[in-house]
Amino acid sequence: MRTFEVNGAPHLPAKPSVQQVMGLVLLALLPGIALHVLFFGPGIVALIGLAVLFGVALEAAMLRLRGQPLKPFLSDLSAPVCAVLFALCLPPLTPWWIVLIGMFAAIVVAKHLYGGLGYNLFNPAMVGFVVVLICFPYELSQWPAPRGLGGPPALGESLRAIFGSGAPAWDAVAQATPLDRLRNLGSQGLTLSEIRDAPVFGALGGRGWEWIGAAYALGGLFLLWRKVIRWETPVGLLAAVVLLTLPFHLYDPDVHPFPLQHVFTGATLLAAFFIATDPVSGCTTPRGRLIFGVGVGVLTLAIRRWGNYPDGVAFAVLLMNAAAPWIDLHTRPRIYGEAPRP
Amino acid sequence: MQLHAFHGGLFLPAHKEAAARPILSGPDTPLLVVPLLQHAGPPAEAVVQPGQRVREGEPLAQAIEPQSVSVHAPCSGRVRAIESRPLPHASGLDGPCVLIERGEPDLPWRLPPLDPETTDAETLRQRVADAGIVGLGGAAFPTASKLAVPRELLIVNGAECEPYIACDDRLMRERAADVIAGARLLQRIVAAKQALIAVEDSMLDALDALRTALGAAGDVQLVSVPTRYPEGGEKQLIRVLTGREVPRGGLPRDIGVVVQNVATAAAAWRAVVHGEPLTRRLVSVSGAGVAQPGVFDVLIGTPISALVEAAGGYTDVAARLVLGGPLMGLALPHDDFPVTKACNSVLVLGAADVRDPAPTLPCIRCGNCDRACPAQLLPQQLFAFANAGQWERLRDHGLFDCIECGCCDLVCPSHLPLAGTFRHAKTELRAHDRRAREAIEAKQRFEARRERLEREAAERAARMAARRQSVTAPDAVQAAIERAKARREGES
Repeated sequence: MRTFEVNGAPHLPAKPSVQQVMGLVLLALLPGIALHVLFFGPGIVALIGLAVLFGVALEAAMLRLRGQPLKPFLSDLSAPVCAVLFALCLPPLTPWWIVLIGMFAAIVVAKHLYGGLGYNLFNPAMVGFVVVLICFPYELSQWPAPRGLGGPPALGESLRAIFGSGAPAWDAVAQATPLDRLRNLGSQGLTLSEIRDAPVFGALGGRGWEWIGAAYALGGLFLLWRKVIRWETPVGLLAAVVLLTLPFHLYDPDVHPFPLQHVFTGATLLAAFFIATDPVSGCTTPRGRLIFGVGVGVLTLAIRRWGNYPDGVAFAVLLMNAAAPWIDLHTRPRIYGEAPRP
Repeated sequence: MQLHAFHGGLFLPAHKEAAARPILSGPDTPLLVVPLLQHAGPPAEAVVQPGQRVREGEPLAQAIEPQSVSVHAPCSGRVRAIESRPLPHASGLDGPCVLIERGEPDLPWRLPPLDPETTDAETLRQRVADAGIVGLGGAAFPTASKLAVPRELLIVNGAECEPYIACDDRLMRERAADVIAGARLLQRIVAAKQALIAVEDSMLDALDALRTALGAAGDVQLVSVPTRYPEGGEKQLIRVLTGREVPRGGLPRDIGVVVQNVATAAAAWRAVVHGEPLTRRLVSVSGAGVAQPGVFDVLIGTPISALVEAAGGYTDVAARLVLGGPLMGLALPHDDFPVTKACNSVLVLGAADVRDPAPTLPCIRCGNCDRACPAQLLPQQLFAFANAGQWERLRDHGLFDCIECGCCDLVCPSHLPLAGTFRHAKTELRAHDRRAREAIEAKQRFEARRERLEREAAERAARMAARRQSVTAPDAVQAAIERAKARREGES
């Protein structure tokens, strides 16, 4: 008689891993990062490096404090993904200590105090970004001029701004973003067509922004193809943005921007393919994801139109995060053998 | 024929190495251990005594209830004992077994042959029951009880969708005539208007053999279905062939369908025409852990160790012994179990093919599992509800609709034991329901008792009050005075 170890079925190993999923997300972000460097200088690379460093260090510290094993959780790449997404929301010359505070809010508060990987109710990267956005509105609004308009800042200039103290050397090139301009439209008494001629606007969105956005969309299509994300969230989000702004634009193009301008400015495309698609804090049912995407789109527009912040993506995502568990409960798909629902 | 898709499922490497050789005869072992419970239902009752000589095919135990199934002697010999032995079953419990010492071959015991054309359906169905036939696809449900109600459509299931298992493939290649005759027989018993034999499109030789055996006859239709796990699941196959679904919580009979495995059909045919009871079956023996995989014609009661020996023995990499397929099969702690009617496959997985149970990460709700779920469930939600003990949500989200196919486990990046968790949660939820029912009954008992005590107390109080009333009432006092007066007067 020969004895064997027993275990429950199925007996075959699982193919994918969390590390693989997160690795694909990082890979898909590369084109966007490359264009970011092209248009806004190498600062973003330094910020990403800093954020990843802080993120992994804080993750390790929290795992130790919580008595969790380090190796499986540090190698899952979820902290680097969170760090990169957070860094991509920052102006490329943000001081290092803001990055540290943001990553603390993201990894320590939003992730580990909620239970760590898989248990966070809110998107950690967006929590980190919102915290620093509220605390340091001045620093978070200092975008350098893009390539072709005096920018981008060189490497030394960028590093001095990030690691330096005192008055930033890049003040001379700091500019209001296209979304800032759109927001201040009314107060300046200008029409859209007048400010659209400003050099900071490109063909569709802001100069540089539109290309970065397109690169994010490309990465998103890659993730869709590799089945890392699913179509409902980005389609819901982008469809909501386009369909909701189109009638207003047609009604009065001088006041209401062209729909694609909303898509290609700010963080709309980053959110559509990389942030609202975060599986942990988003919806998990097919219809739920669609509702989630539409919700983020609508709230983003509402905040852009009436809110105090130029871009509302982060707030929109967090608000929908809060609603996601409830949406999931009420959007369960039809089970095999169940009568179609009315 | 128009086919329909089922949701989810996986395309898995076939590993049908066992199908490469023709059917081999199983080992001749000196002692057979024949369990009295080899089916889903109550055990049969032994009708032989220790020491008694039995002929091959002779009944060892009779079905005493409708859901029970008779057991017959797989070989001629002597009953050594009737004793409790470990059974190859998920419960891990022991059960009564008849131990038969193999003797000299004798004239086999047979039921009287019946004419399948002229005998009435009920007699044929009774024959299926008397021959001890159960579903040979692995579930071992009593076949006769599935044939009791007339159906519109008979599906004979040859879609052997789990990797490694190849016994149905070999059966269809080598005994196609029995399969087709069996399909006609079952069609007649349930008076079905239509009979289909479904075979996966990767089993080309089986399809050829059946097509040849069928010839020009058009009464039974051969359908090639896509190779996709779990194509051969009863509910999935019905959906693929008819586009209809078995209602939630219901059975195929609710939509007029019955599904029988190809081997069951062939066994039913032999029971009717040759009077053969079910005492042997085809078992595929495969996996990297056996030296020479193959499909064996095995006597019920043969030890699995002997069967592995017949397949060339274990290889160095043998790591897990599985009864059934790699997705739904039962891992056995040792190889000293008998082959039963339910045993379609003995799989010895190599160390490289076995899941490592240790490192799992929390669920990240990626949704790979709901894409793969053929029951259209949300395994990620069920997993969270099961861990939180949210029973009503588990029920609403279809815990009992889970067919435990294991697709979700295979696509989970966190390597969570999803199917195992759901199997466990089903038991838990049933226990929870029983506790809830018992609590309600206890509450009713308590309330009835309290009501009775209150009623009794009230009655006692009323009696006391009545007595006190009768004692203290003015009339009573007056009457007592009168009585006393009268007594005194009487004395004086």
